[in-house]
Amino acid sequence: MNRYPLWKYVLVVAVLLVGLVYALPNLYPSDPSIQISAVRGAEPVSQTLIESIEKSLADKGITPKKSELNETQNQVLLRFNNTEVQLEAQDILKDSLGRQYLTALNLAPATPGWLQALNAKPMYLGLDLRGGVHFLMEVDMVTAKDKALDRYQDEFRDFLREDKIDYLGVSREGDTLIAKFKTPEQRAEGRKVLAGQYRTEILMGDKDGETTSNLIANISPDNLRAIEKFALKQNITTLRKRVNELGVAEPIIQQQGLDRIVVQLPGVQDTATAKKLLGATATLEFRLVDDGGNDPQSAAQSGRAPLGTKLYYERNGAPILLQRKVMLTGEYITDARSGFDSQSNRPNVSINLDGKGAARFSKVTGANIQKPMATVFIETQFEEFEVNGEKKYKPVKTEEVINVATIQDQLSRSFQITGLDSPDEARELALLLRAGALAAPVYIVEERTVGPNLGQENIDSGFMSILIGFSLVLVFMLAYYRVFGIVANLALAMNVVVIFAVMSMLQFTLTLPGMAGIVLTIGMAVDANVLIFERIKEELKRGVPSQTAIKQGYDQAFSTIADANITTLIAAVVLFGFGTGPIKGFAITLAIGIASSMFTAIIGSRALVNLIYGGRRIKKLSI
Amino acid sequence: MFLKNKIIDFMGLRKIALVISLVLILISIGSLFARGLNLGVDFTGGTVMEIGYSESKNPDIIRQLLADNGYDGIVQHFGSSKEILIRLAPQEGEGNDTAEAKAELSNNVLNVLRTETPNADMRRVEFVGPQIGEELREQGGLAMLMALGGILIYVALRFEYRFSIGAVAALIHDVIIVIGFFALTQIEFDLTVLAAILAVIGYSLNDTIVVFDRQRENFRILRKETPAEVLNISLNQTLSRTLITSLTTLIVVLALYFLGSEVIAAFAIALTVGIVIGTYSSIYVASNLLLILGITKEALMPPEKDDEELDAIP
Repeated sequence: MNRYPLWKYVLVVAVLLVGLVYALPNLYPSDPSIQISAVRGAEPVSQTLIESIEKSLADKGITPKKSELNETQNQVLLRFNNTEVQLEAQDILKDSLGRQYLTALNLAPATPGWLQALNAKPMYLGLDLRGGVHFLMEVDMVTAKDKALDRYQDEFRDFLREDKIDYLGVSREGDTLIAKFKTPEQRAEGRKVLAGQYRTEILMGDKDGETTSNLIANISPDNLRAIEKFALKQNITTLRKRVNELGVAEPIIQQQGLDRIVVQLPGVQDTATAKKLLGATATLEFRLVDDGGNDPQSAAQSGRAPLGTKLYYERNGAPILLQRKVMLTGEYITDARSGFDSQSNRPNVSINLDGKGAARFSKVTGANIQKPMATVFIETQFEEFEVNGEKKYKPVKTEEVINVATIQDQLSRSFQITGLDSPDEARELALLLRAGALAAPVYIVEERTVGPNLGQENIDSGFMSILIGFSLVLVFMLAYYRVFGIVANLALAMNVVVIFAVMSMLQFTLTLPGMAGIVLTIGMAVDANVLIFERIKEELKRGVPSQTAIKQGYDQAFSTIADANITTLIAAVVLFGFGTGPIKGFAITLAIGIASSMFTAIIGSRALVNLIYGGRRIKKLSI
Repeated sequence: MFLKNKIIDFMGLRKIALVISLVLILISIGSLFARGLNLGVDFTGGTVMEIGYSESKNPDIIRQLLADNGYDGIVQHFGSSKEILIRLAPQEGEGNDTAEAKAELSNNVLNVLRTETPNADMRRVEFVGPQIGEELREQGGLAMLMALGGILIYVALRFEYRFSIGAVAALIHDVIIVIGFFALTQIEFDLTVLAAILAVIGYSLNDTIVVFDRQRENFRILRKETPAEVLNISLNQTLSRTLITSLTTLIVVLALYFLGSEVIAAFAIALTVGIVIGTYSSIYVASNLLLILGITKEALMPPEKDDEELDAIP
């Protein structure tokens, strides 16, 4: 009696082994490291780069613990012994590498090769444990709608004028546009024109004023949703680009709900800079390329641009001279999409302009057919500098030519940029164009920053409380249940291993409340064993033979354990659904802990009990 | 466990327990109305900054410094005398009402602090916009209701409606008393405390279910005893388990309180109070209500009985 079939033992051992392997990477502490990646267009990273980096660090007396070259990701990873050296090294590298390479602080896992081969990784640490910034940003949808209404208002006038329809004026009242006409007939004509242009974008209706025939127009709900979606997407794109420049390893930029964006920057120490950078503004300009026969190279060398021109650099660093006069600025762009040209099947970007922009653009492009036109991306960032040891910021404008293309035809409301090398380039250009034409501003509505020192302290105190709590429970169980106490303790240890393994395998984020969840689970996980053991004791008291008592204990306690755990699981699921960041971490560990304790405390502990007592005569149980 | 052969007459004390519960609930609701909760920045909106110094710092110095620069904040020690916690209410007034200005606030304050101590360590900043705070308040309340609702349904399905009412009443009892404790002591009530209360709901329910399970079993086995006696026997049978589990859980929660980070302290306090109250309520509140609601053996007879009855009819 009380013997398990072999497969159950094998199952328990297998779970334990897999658990141990996948929990193991967490025992190797991560190295503070710097990740260096080449900017697009710059020379790819190489062994020579590593050597020059090591040399410039050695000059300042810093030796990295290890340098790794990752050619597939075009990255170099430098590991350091501690955070101070890491920070010092980053300052040195920022100066010596210049703008060609991005440096990002990172915590690189020090998982040994054989574990990496098994795809075993340590748990991902939350911002409260590794330090960093969490921003919740809200897109100003009211402004997005306002801008759209302004645009429609302009366009109404343009379209009516173009079709020579006599109208008195277009005004705006709240969210409604009102076009005024002298007669109902003119209104009907105007309505036909606008309906032809907008189809379902705009909902129109007739309403007579005191002396005029009015046409009222509202943005259709579908269109409004599309406008808001566009504003959100655009902001995400812009934020992503800026975060890349900030140099953050493993940033998270995600949509949350209908109008919010979560930005998480692990390891960022200087939150002030991060905030300024995220708040930077970007715009676009279209300019004609200078055709006065001036040499850009010599202008670049002397640093002086000839009269009427302005010196720019392309993304690969080549100088180029553009005309001083701006053809069009990015605020007129309403959309930009990458795609393929239907005739040549080459990648292209289609751009839509609003009414005003279209009128202007068609005039200037009409006069300059067959001439090259450059697209300039302008970004205002804040750079840090020190005055008397005090940190200050000044706006720095970065201007960059992202594309040069020949004007093939008179361009108007929608046109295409071709001559792009690859679909990737088209996609990136479309992103930049959209980023340069922000439809709506974003605001920070929530910020949670944890400094690196506090992060480390949180890890230390978290593990300390897990360790001490765990040990105390072990001692108590051993003292109270003796041999069965050992069984419960082994099951509990297995439970902790399984929790860590599952968290690591699924790459869940471990947060401080998550650690609290593990501690709580340790306390509660013994409950299943306590229930079983108390049941066994009761059976023994009633004079039932030992083997039957064990069997009865496990069988009878099972439904109780299941009921009790499922209800706790309900609470965990609700917590998860409600959860913002840290709370979610607590819910996850609690849920995983409950589930794994069901396995370890029932099947795991039974396997041990069967192994110790099963299949033989016993006079007395040590319980 | 401690009293192996003696049966404690829990149900005999139920009138006294009822009075104790009512008094505790009255105190809780009273202090909730009189003092309110000391809601954390998660729920009120505003800015919290934790600043670390290399040596002990008198909060008065910081208070003065902030006042001199036109900031209005609550300054206190946090964890040790080297850490200072500053709470800044949502700023109002001209030029300050844009969300941007609010997010900038912590930078500006840090700059002021660094004029006094250049190496002041920015340990933590939490900024929550007023709107987010309101949302979290609403969602928090909703989460609590959803958890209770889900449990009500599960218990009703697995047991019987009277058990369901008993269980949920015990949970509400626990939640009110834990919240009341926070109102009385004015310990800051933040998101982690809310999480702890939801965990208490889970824990206390766990306890209640174990007791109920045994009561259901005994109602089916013990035919002669009165309902009060059945409940009493069941409570005694599960007593040692209840105490051991509460003890182990208390051990770890106290470890969390004493060794864990200061941020988690309120969480540990909420759990400690919750575990003690939860243990008490699963004995007294839940079972007591079963009696008041008039639990009977018939209600819990296994369904096979119906078949036998049917068979008996020719």
